Amino acid sequence: MDVPAPVLRMSGIGKQFPGVRALDGVDLRLLPGEVHALMGENGAGKSTLIKVLTGVHPADSGTIELAGRTVSFAGPLEAQQAGISTVYQEVNLCANLSVAENIFIGREPRRRGRIDWKRMRARAAELLRRLELDIDVSAPLSSYSLALQQMVAIARAIDVEARVLILDEPTSSLDAGEVRQLFHVMRRLKEEGIAILFVSHFLDQIYEISDRMTILRNGRLVGEYLTRELSQVALVSKMIGQELAELERLHGEARTFDRPLVEARELGRTGAVEPFSLTIHEGEVVGLAGLLGSGRTEIARLLFGADHATGGEVAVGGAPAALRTPRAAMAHRIAFCSENRKRDGLIPDLTVRENIVLALQATRGWTRPVPRDQQDELVGRYIKALKISPPNPDHLVRNLSGGNQQKVLLARWLILEPRLLILDEPTRGIDVGAKAEIQRLVTELSDGGMAVLFISAELEEVLRLSHRVGVLRDRRLVADLPNDDTLTTDTLMETIASGGRA
Amino acid sequence: MKRLLWPLLVLAALLAVNLFFTPSFFSVEMKEGHLYGSLIDILRFGAPLILVSLGMTLVIATGGIDLSVGSVVAISGALACLRISEDGGVFSAVVLALGLCVLLGLWNGFLVAGVGIQPIIATLILMVAGRGLAQLIADGQIITVNSPSYKVIGGGYLLTVPFGILLVLVVLGVTAFLTRRLALGVLIESVGGNAEASRLAGIRSRGIVITVYAFAALCAGVAGLMISSNVSSADGNNAGLWIELDAILAVVIGGTSLAGGRFSLGGTVLGALIIQTLTTTIYSVGVPPETTLLVKALVVAAVCLVQSPKFRDKVFRRAGPRSSPRPAAEEKVRVTA
Repeated sequence: MDVPAPVLRMSGIGKQFPGVRALDGVDLRLLPGEVHALMGENGAGKSTLIKVLTGVHPADSGTIELAGRTVSFAGPLEAQQAGISTVYQEVNLCANLSVAENIFIGREPRRRGRIDWKRMRARAAELLRRLELDIDVSAPLSSYSLALQQMVAIARAIDVEARVLILDEPTSSLDAGEVRQLFHVMRRLKEEGIAILFVSHFLDQIYEISDRMTILRNGRLVGEYLTRELSQVALVSKMIGQELAELERLHGEARTFDRPLVEARELGRTGAVEPFSLTIHEGEVVGLAGLLGSGRTEIARLLFGADHATGGEVAVGGAPAALRTPRAAMAHRIAFCSENRKRDGLIPDLTVRENIVLALQATRGWTRPVPRDQQDELVGRYIKALKISPPNPDHLVRNLSGGNQQKVLLARWLILEPRLLILDEPTRGIDVGAKAEIQRLVTELSDGGMAVLFISAELEEVLRLSHRVGVLRDRRLVADLPNDDTLTTDTLMETIASGGRA
Repeated sequence: MKRLLWPLLVLAALLAVNLFFTPSFFSVEMKEGHLYGSLIDILRFGAPLILVSLGMTLVIATGGIDLSVGSVVAISGALACLRISEDGGVFSAVVLALGLCVLLGLWNGFLVAGVGIQPIIATLILMVAGRGLAQLIADGQIITVNSPSYKVIGGGYLLTVPFGILLVLVVLGVTAFLTRRLALGVLIESVGGNAEASRLAGIRSRGIVITVYAFAALCAGVAGLMISSNVSSADGNNAGLWIELDAILAVVIGGTSLAGGRFSLGGTVLGALIIQTLTTTIYSVGVPPETTLLVKALVVAAVCLVQSPKFRDKVFRRAGPRSSPRPAAEEKVRVTA
């Protein structure tokens, strides 16, 4: 097989941070017209490698060659000028500026010193057409969906004659349709001969789009593989360095649930989710499936009182309950782990300990502090049970990795011993090992009698964990399916697509 | 307490400068059963600023700011002096004045947490209107009172120690107890660190924010009593003028971020003492009066820079030899043709 000369070759890259050897002799090569996946658990060194490549961090050792020439960048701007563009996970554009302004920010086309708006808009439209997008480039960026914003970021990245495009977890906040759109664009760019470095936690996406992958573990190179020659199981075991105990359907025998815990009747909120009825029994895991923006999070927020319902009623344990505020829901022992742990979950400046006891403290009010030894006991227990790392309760939460932050958030709610635990995307953006742990925990909790409302974009995961699956489409709960042997991801997908009634 | 190291060093440096110019600076003596000395003066004259800064610390920790404390200082003094000049009851005057201050604080808190106005704007309203209110109370005059018991608050002594210093210690003790022994502190830091996440964790952030503004106004009220009592008169125009800015500065020097979140009461006290010591130093060193503000500004700017880890990194690392040579840095190759 004839392999074209790599457009980019990194060899023997090493990088030392205080106390951590982040990268140790890592090689990476990118071939033109290929999508190359960079794989590894959280903390394996993916981000560091990208940062070394784009000049954010200088490498301690090793060389970088771009099209055969040794290069070294003092910063992302230099890297971009040399043809290496990066699109980060969180869209770093200005939502209040127009699409065209965002694409040309800092390098606006000028005429006699003034910005040539007409030419700017024309060129922006042209660029987006290259990605097969036809949108109004003078509208503010915020008026478009996250996926489109992502595309705008890509359009900006490739405008500067990019030879290498780095996409760092571009899909983590996109739904299936938007991912398809993104992949379409990626394939087009690939045909143009651009080398794409792709980072994602979604294995299915990796297998759909990538041609080749490089796997890192603990800052070391595991190897480079052709995607079609490496099975998913082999990939995962290479990433975590051991055989993964395959998680089968976790709720083996059929259980019946007869004690309703939370019953929502015609509960709804105008503009957020249409009236729905849903019953969650004690010890039951109810999954919610649907595309991003289909109303999954909105249901969770209504049941937790984070938003006010505009109609309908809720009964908890048979008695009517007014869930007007999170506090009211917590009084009924309902807990909610938000999907957006940065915005709606953690207090980054506080320690692990403080974050874990926060909800408990809130229920007690400020006049009755949680005694120190009780704090130590609770925090110690959950750090151990959830394997929070580093196991130091006085560590600031902002310094923890995503998976560990998620566990801190979980611990905060578990110490309240809720009767209903609402988990909104608890495994998003965290690595395979932590994911499996959280999934296992969910089953253990439900075996112990806790009801769980489990929301995830990964249908696989929903199917594996839930006893029952609610399917959402266009802000409407369209189906409520028992999870028996006949239910598969395909049938779920069909239900989502057809809207329940085929 | 590593966080307090830099404010402590700055304070020590300022005191050392004073000692150099006034060798008797550290001497504290007993005169007529009262403690006297420059250090005691710094504490005594700094007391109102410390009080206002303590309140400001909690407000800033919630991610807010309170510009109205200077006006509250004036209102508190004016109302107390007015009542005393009318019927002479010191206790009722003090209670009335502090009650009004708490009410004003609740108003601020209501605007911020209830109506949702940005703190800087919400408290700007009272900052401007409050001056007017103070003048209204005093009928545009400077009210002079002659009440020995009122004089005690700002100018008296108890057990040889100036009463104002004791008052500061009490307020500091109460604040520390509420925030660190009880759970108010961590809830304030949580609200300031991430308001929405705090709400979803079940914290009544609105109540906490309102409490904090009321507390800040109460502290300012006590400071106002102290200031007016010290001079036995209330000046609606000038009492507490710009003290809000000194207080914000004290909080920042003390290491509390203006963005909210973590706060340090000890740091704030140090910050206020630094500002007061600086004022004293400028006089004792003999800086010409027309340049005092400029000198003060320069020193404050230097203090803030020295406190910034980024700045220290840049200056001190660049000045000294590299601690560890980095081979890769030397091998750095530019894009070669």
